[in-house]
Amino acid sequence: MAADSRLRIQSIESVTQVEFIDRNILDEANIQAIGEEISELIARADTPNLLLSFSNVDHLSSAALGALITINNKVKEKGGALRLANIDPQIYEVFMITKLNKLFDIHESRDEAMESFA
Amino acid sequence: MSDGPAENQRPSPRQTASVRLHRFPEDLPAVQNEVLEAVSAHEYPGASEFALRLVLEEAISNAFRHGNKSKPDLHVDVEWAVEPDRVVISVEDQGAGFDPESLPDPTDDDRLELPSGRGVMLIHAYMTDVSYNERGNRVTMVYKRPS
Repeated sequence: MAADSRLRIQSIESVTQVEFIDRNILDEANIQAIGEEISELIARADTPNLLLSFSNVDHLSSAALGALITINNKVKEKGGALRLANIDPQIYEVFMITKLNKLFDIHESRDEAMESFA
Repeated sequence: MSDGPAENQRPSPRQTASVRLHRFPEDLPAVQNEVLEAVSAHEYPGASEFALRLVLEEAISNAFRHGNKSKPDLHVDVEWAVEPDRVVISVEDQGAGFDPESLPDPTDDDRLELPSGRGVMLIHAYMTDVSYNERGNRVTMVYKRPS
């Protein structure tokens, strides 16, 4: 993990769990770097199983949604799976307004998301 | 012993301002913070702060990226006013303008997996009223305090 990584990453049962380190992590200034860091994780995996935890996220823009879509597309291209978890209600509303709650596999908790990989 | 002014002696946040932004995203946080500080001073609920922070980012991002075509020599002007019952924000770029009616629906099945095109939709979803000038390079967003 790079010294200036904005992510906390751990591998559990063939799933790469990613947590964002600070609350403003998904603003414009950081989106590109985060997208690149997660893309590297996907590229390194034969079959990427990725769980993104939003427990520290209290703000989300359309740029962040775009980055998530790109990540989802890359995971699918390699036959992997992406789950989102711990999304607070205000953030979830953004997914609902844009109907992206239908595109992404969203779970209330990390444990529930982990079970869905089985 | 305190290091600074007492709580009741701190200057009140500006309630209205007009600022010129030159860089994106570098100049975004300052205007977001100033607007949100005024909104907080008026005791708007947390959901209002979430909405206003989001639409400022979307509108200013659109102005730089789409309006000004990301040209570094072009600026974006933001005017805002926070009142007890509403917040009014205008964002103007230096571009030729656009027709907001011409935007495709990003929730259509064939567009759902595209990574862009949702900013205007989010602005309309969170703001009470959204209007454009005739040229299409200035958007005015009104947010009414929830009852």
